[in-house]
Amino acid sequence: MVGHHYVETLVKSDINADITIIGGETRPAYDRVHLSEVFDGKGPEDLAMGSREQYEEWGVDAHFGDFAKTIDRDNQKVITEGGQAFAYDKLVLATGSYPFIPPIPGHDQEHCLAYRTIDDLAEIKASAKGKKIGVVVGGGLLGLECANALKNLGLEAHVVEFAPGLMGVQLDDGGSEMLRRKIEALGVNVHTSKATQKIVKGDELRLKMEFADETELETDMIVFSAGIRPYDQLARDADLKVGERGGIEIDYQCKTSDENIFAIGECAVLGNFIYGLVAPGYRMAEAAVSQLSEDRTSFTGADMSTKLKLLGVDVGSVGDAKGQAEDSRAFIYSDERNDVYKRLNVSSDGKKVLGATLVGDTEDYDTLLQYYLNDMELPDSPENLILPASDGEKPALGADALPMGATICSCLNVSKGDVVEAIDGGCLTVADVKGCTKAGSGCGGCAALLKNVVDAELNSRGLEVNTDLCEHFSHTRQELFTIAQASQIQTFDELIEKHGHGKGCDICKPAVASIMASLWNDHVLESDLVPLQDTNDTFMANMQKDGTYSVVPRVPGGEILPDQLIVLGEVAKKYNLYSKITGGQRVDLFGARMNDLPNIWGELIDAGFETGHAYAKALRTVKSCVGSTWCRYGVQDSVGQAIDLENRYKGLRAPHKFKMGVSGCTRECAEAQSKDIGVIATENGWNLYVCGNGGMKPRHADLFATDLDTETLYKYIDRVLMFYVRTADRLQRTSTWLENLEGGLDYLKEVVIEDKLGICADLEKQMQHVIDTYQCEWKTAINNTEKLKRFRQFVNSEQEDSNVLFVEERGQIRPATETEKQRPELKAVV
Amino acid sequence: MTNNVICQTRDLVENSGVCALINNEQVALFYLPNTEQKIFAVGNWDPFGKANVMSRGLIGSIGDELVVFSPLYKQRFSLATGQCLDEDAALPTYNVAIENDDVVLVS
Repeated sequence: MVGHHYVETLVKSDINADITIIGGETRPAYDRVHLSEVFDGKGPEDLAMGSREQYEEWGVDAHFGDFAKTIDRDNQKVITEGGQAFAYDKLVLATGSYPFIPPIPGHDQEHCLAYRTIDDLAEIKASAKGKKIGVVVGGGLLGLECANALKNLGLEAHVVEFAPGLMGVQLDDGGSEMLRRKIEALGVNVHTSKATQKIVKGDELRLKMEFADETELETDMIVFSAGIRPYDQLARDADLKVGERGGIEIDYQCKTSDENIFAIGECAVLGNFIYGLVAPGYRMAEAAVSQLSEDRTSFTGADMSTKLKLLGVDVGSVGDAKGQAEDSRAFIYSDERNDVYKRLNVSSDGKKVLGATLVGDTEDYDTLLQYYLNDMELPDSPENLILPASDGEKPALGADALPMGATICSCLNVSKGDVVEAIDGGCLTVADVKGCTKAGSGCGGCAALLKNVVDAELNSRGLEVNTDLCEHFSHTRQELFTIAQASQIQTFDELIEKHGHGKGCDICKPAVASIMASLWNDHVLESDLVPLQDTNDTFMANMQKDGTYSVVPRVPGGEILPDQLIVLGEVAKKYNLYSKITGGQRVDLFGARMNDLPNIWGELIDAGFETGHAYAKALRTVKSCVGSTWCRYGVQDSVGQAIDLENRYKGLRAPHKFKMGVSGCTRECAEAQSKDIGVIATENGWNLYVCGNGGMKPRHADLFATDLDTETLYKYIDRVLMFYVRTADRLQRTSTWLENLEGGLDYLKEVVIEDKLGICADLEKQMQHVIDTYQCEWKTAINNTEKLKRFRQFVNSEQEDSNVLFVEERGQIRPATETEKQRPELKAVV
Repeated sequence: MTNNVICQTRDLVENSGVCALINNEQVALFYLPNTEQKIFAVGNWDPFGKANVMSRGLIGSIGDELVVFSPLYKQRFSLATGQCLDEDAALPTYNVAIENDDVVLVS
């Protein structure tokens, strides 16, 4: 990861260098921080950071699967195990670290594994298959992640730790104890102060661990996660200076004892300290790159404060978390009813934060971290910073008080100054600032702080963000939705009379039509709804550049009868329509005249088709792969599921269009993770992904829940979609909705899975109403002359629009260009 | 049918538009029964989108001005004057009125 960051930084700098990468693993760099997500259904490609194609594009010569074996410092060459030699002017070692496996007798037998690389994960998965118990040796951060992974693989997970507490590096005893309680409550067995003496064959299971206190534990597999050791052999062999406890010694410029060789990341040691986190590694990479330029920077150490979720438990550690400094005075708050523990270490004069431990509730982390990092003076009674607010008000850290250099997003190294600069440059919302500075696009932990800073900055400039829908309504879409729902308002006229003014416009009318449809689901061509719709909705087809329309019948899940295909062809021929297969697995017929639409639909409906809502801000398609019915790899019937989902949600109108995808296995052929709602089959059910997007701003969907049965899957989708319908802005896709949702994915999970707001029953009821009142809009329309009134070219003539002209291209029609229309000798196909 | 009758009010769609052919010109007719003037007529040709689509645009107001939005690229045109509010362009306007159940061209 750090090596990749070095290459990326160098490529994107002004420095013109020939770059060669030598990587021992067979694949390019990947994201180890999120390694355990491979168990949640992510594939190695999801974790990829660099790709061979990317390196090629950058002009980087990349070699993988051949370890660097020796450094010939005299001749400035690196020789690989495979015997290749590469010359260098400057060499950067980013060899990382390897898992420390304690030298316990019996540690090297089968099913004793490590947790470090993607290949390790495959071994763990294979070893766990069909088994009952798994043990992780090591109760640190990685060890607990690994225990979670074993639990997700269906094993009874045990954690065996030599020290008396979990996460002993980051947490004090009280925090460690609280973490243990919480983790045990989640069904993970914790054994602390356990020294493993021997691993032998088990009596009932594969292995047996024998401990110093003469107890035993039988298990099917053991995973070691007992810390890391730097990969420094290459440097040792080349006589570079290494630290007392290993690691390649570097100076503030990340230079080793050879001035042409740098070392960065976990293989390096600076002042006897190894920085085993990704952010400091990135800073080292940047400092090392800068040595090649005029503008040199240093790496002088990094803050190791961290906030994370372990098995769903919030844990935070700031600075000197245990209060080991002599001058340190602690405030400790412990709540054993809600399992929350907080410790704040301040200087003896009570003016400065020295460190903190937070378990079960990390809400105060950002504030404490900013006090700590920026050496800010504490308010009186600093204990209030960690105590629950009794009267609703907590001493909030004023974003104004932060210095410009304060780091807001540590993943992407964005400071308050960068945020202010973005606002100077015209950003007016958190989303704008995010897009501009990338702040908050890493772990997302800084979202609340970022919002705080942006709001304060906008406020100080006297800017008030106007969230009015348009000049006719001084409400947001969300407010209008609530108003319409609460007061049972069913028409635009009533809504604008009571809550707005004027006649409406192309912004508020379709928005209100969409709200009315989500709430009451009346036919789109009811007389009071017609004037609200964009032309696409009124003519239930998509207007093209020449004023003709395209027609898209629904093909649920992309499954279609041969006879229906024939009808599509016949209709296209009869009405002279241009035919194209869409990206959503259906057929689009272009060039239909408005007055032909009812006849075209009459024929399509006779053949069993329904409207496809391609014209509406509503469910478009549910794309599927062929699934277990035919595919050798499929594990569930993805087509059947896609058809059911499409039939369930067809006709649901939303703030914007939305799409779904269902894949029958993790190969993900339906590209479900690029959809608003993505469903991927697992051996035990369905994994649900939400809020993905293709198009202009692609976004991978977030994993929302795993191994759901169909009933729960529908329940969650009902709730997510209805919550989106209720709370999103007009024309806001689910992806931007989620990014702007305060609290993000975790909050959405709380609302949908834990029913934090107590609205789930209501959301489901509302969805059920929409499902129960579904009608094919075209079927209803073609039987109603009043509704078809507008489908006439002229109210007083049978003529057709003489400006609609087609020419032939590749055997089909296309609209004539303006120039072609001027040339009557070009024969128009009409 | 006398010369200046275009169609009947039952051919119109309330708060929305239809298209009529008047002396071989395409004319968009907008029926707004809750306004004083009740009916407005402008050219059906969208000068930006270059297609006959104005009758299929949405009706609304900008301040006190009644407008139609182009269904293609959303430019706003005054229903009373035909003037575009966004760029330098205008739709032709026609003097039409409702007499009993008839929509007539006033000459």
